[in-house]
Amino acid sequence: MTKEFVVKKLVFNKLAKIMSDIKYKVIVGLEIHVQLCTKTKMFCGCALSFAQQPNSRVCPVCLGMPGSLPVMNKQAVEFSILAAMALNLEIARFTKWDRKNYYYPDLPKNYQISQYDLPISNKGYIEIPLESGQTKKIRITRAHLEEDAGKNTHTSGDYSQVDLNRAGTPLLEIVTEPDMNSAEEVRALAIELQRIVRYLGVSEADMQKGHMRFEPNINLAITKDGIEYRTPIVEVKNLNSFRTIERSIIYETQRQLDEFIETGKTLKMGNKSTRGWDDDKQMTVLQREKEEAHDYRYFPDPDLVPVVWTDEDLERIRKNLVELPIEKRKRFIDNFGLSSYDAGVLTDEKSLSDFFDEAVSAGGDPKRVCNLITQTGLKIANEKGCKVNELGFDAKALAQLAKMVEEGTIGASSANIVLAEMAATGQTPDAIAQAKNLIQKNDTAEIEAAVEAVFAENEQAVDDAKNNPKKAQKALGFLMGQAMRKTKGQGNPKLISQILNQKLGI
Amino acid sequence: MNNKIDENTVRKVAKLSRLALADNEIHEFTAQLSAVLEYIEKLKELNTDAVEPLAHCLPVKNVFRPDEVRDSLGTDKALANAPQRDENHFIVPKILDEVSA
Repeated sequence: MTKEFVVKKLVFNKLAKIMSDIKYKVIVGLEIHVQLCTKTKMFCGCALSFAQQPNSRVCPVCLGMPGSLPVMNKQAVEFSILAAMALNLEIARFTKWDRKNYYYPDLPKNYQISQYDLPISNKGYIEIPLESGQTKKIRITRAHLEEDAGKNTHTSGDYSQVDLNRAGTPLLEIVTEPDMNSAEEVRALAIELQRIVRYLGVSEADMQKGHMRFEPNINLAITKDGIEYRTPIVEVKNLNSFRTIERSIIYETQRQLDEFIETGKTLKMGNKSTRGWDDDKQMTVLQREKEEAHDYRYFPDPDLVPVVWTDEDLERIRKNLVELPIEKRKRFIDNFGLSSYDAGVLTDEKSLSDFFDEAVSAGGDPKRVCNLITQTGLKIANEKGCKVNELGFDAKALAQLAKMVEEGTIGASSANIVLAEMAATGQTPDAIAQAKNLIQKNDTAEIEAAVEAVFAENEQAVDDAKNNPKKAQKALGFLMGQAMRKTKGQGNPKLISQILNQKLGI
Repeated sequence: MNNKIDENTVRKVAKLSRLALADNEIHEFTAQLSAVLEYIEKLKELNTDAVEPLAHCLPVKNVFRPDEVRDSLGTDKALANAPQRDENHFIVPKILDEVSA
């Protein structure tokens, strides 16, 4: 053995030994920015924009011109209250605006209008579905309203470009407690929050357009030799896809574990650091920040007056609450007997869940309606680039189709053909089934005659089915196929099978 | 004089405010700011136990506007007074990459 090899082996053994008595758990809290889908900005009448000509949607207020005065967008404030209600937050009866001061070229006023000590809401929770079928409550510290900054583009030249179209866009900032303990839980929260704000209609929550931005605070609780250690907290900035949120947490978990084993560094006052996600390298990278950067010198904004809510105001806003996705999902499972997976698919979008609900109310069997939607409806909608409720037939027609399957008028596979035709032509399921000759024969006498004819033509198979256990299954299948053929594929398979078994005496 | 604020604090505040102050100015403002703070200290003598904290100096609340689009300035007007611009953007000195140490 070479000396080098021995040393390597020693190190390896040491590491393996350390690893073997280490237990760790990742701890994650989130800061989330959600862009509200108002028509106009938070404090001025400029229209919200995406990919418009730079600096076209600006005015003296969002440019921070001297003498301009911001005025609250009522819709934005009410949207934020509605979202806070859905997140089980306590709504503050008195809320005010503060200036958060910092210098950066995307911030024309040199301060951001935000909320400091009296946010719109405090102390709530969000319930998230986990893959196990269980749910978990994640506490929410607070949610407040603020305005977005503009956008800087760093060109290759000696300067940076500033586009202020986004400056002043209303953002709801949601801060959670560090209650998540895996990348899966964080992802589940992100997706559930997206569903909630979409259900409420307060945000389009389009990740690609930056409508939702996530900043996880991540560290580890490590138990080594019976002692618990905490690694320094890392904040990862500005993640705007579910994939990068998940990957950054997985990456940080390993990096912090490695760092702890190597250096033994633990959480102390002031050793929190900020990292960014490098998508090319698939890793987080340290971001240097000036020490004073966090001295924001908040103070109340004298330009804006406080908001005071009465019971009547809050009741009026509360009327816009809808059944939340997780409640709907539970109802679909408990009342309709759907699987957790199917309930998840149906409640992913409000329009789809409403369409399903409507079809069930119109008399469609829940499982049949669910199958029609998940097996065919979603596929066609996907191909057409629209939603299931926009396919050209209404929920009643879907219920009708489900009933026809339930009553045996058409077969389950024919129903999918009919559904596709309903989407193409808008005709009723009945008319389509008639025209396409898909109506099943439920005439017992006719089917009995067909089965008898098949028996007469296939004596060997009949004998096998009755007396040869080795071949019985195959023979039965064969006879079934022949009988279907005799009825030109229109015989009700259930009925044929019943009659077959009866006549065979099995 | 027992200063309420020292020169280091003034330097820090000046830096946060992006003000380049000369040493004599630092000295001058330290004295001035101390005087201001001393004066404010006087207010502490008042008993405010029964006074609600004030969030805004005007007795006004809930001033909203409806969510209705109004004309924006448009790019040309918005950039008309910009010290530096290109076709559609304000131009500023290159912002140093935050990642670079």
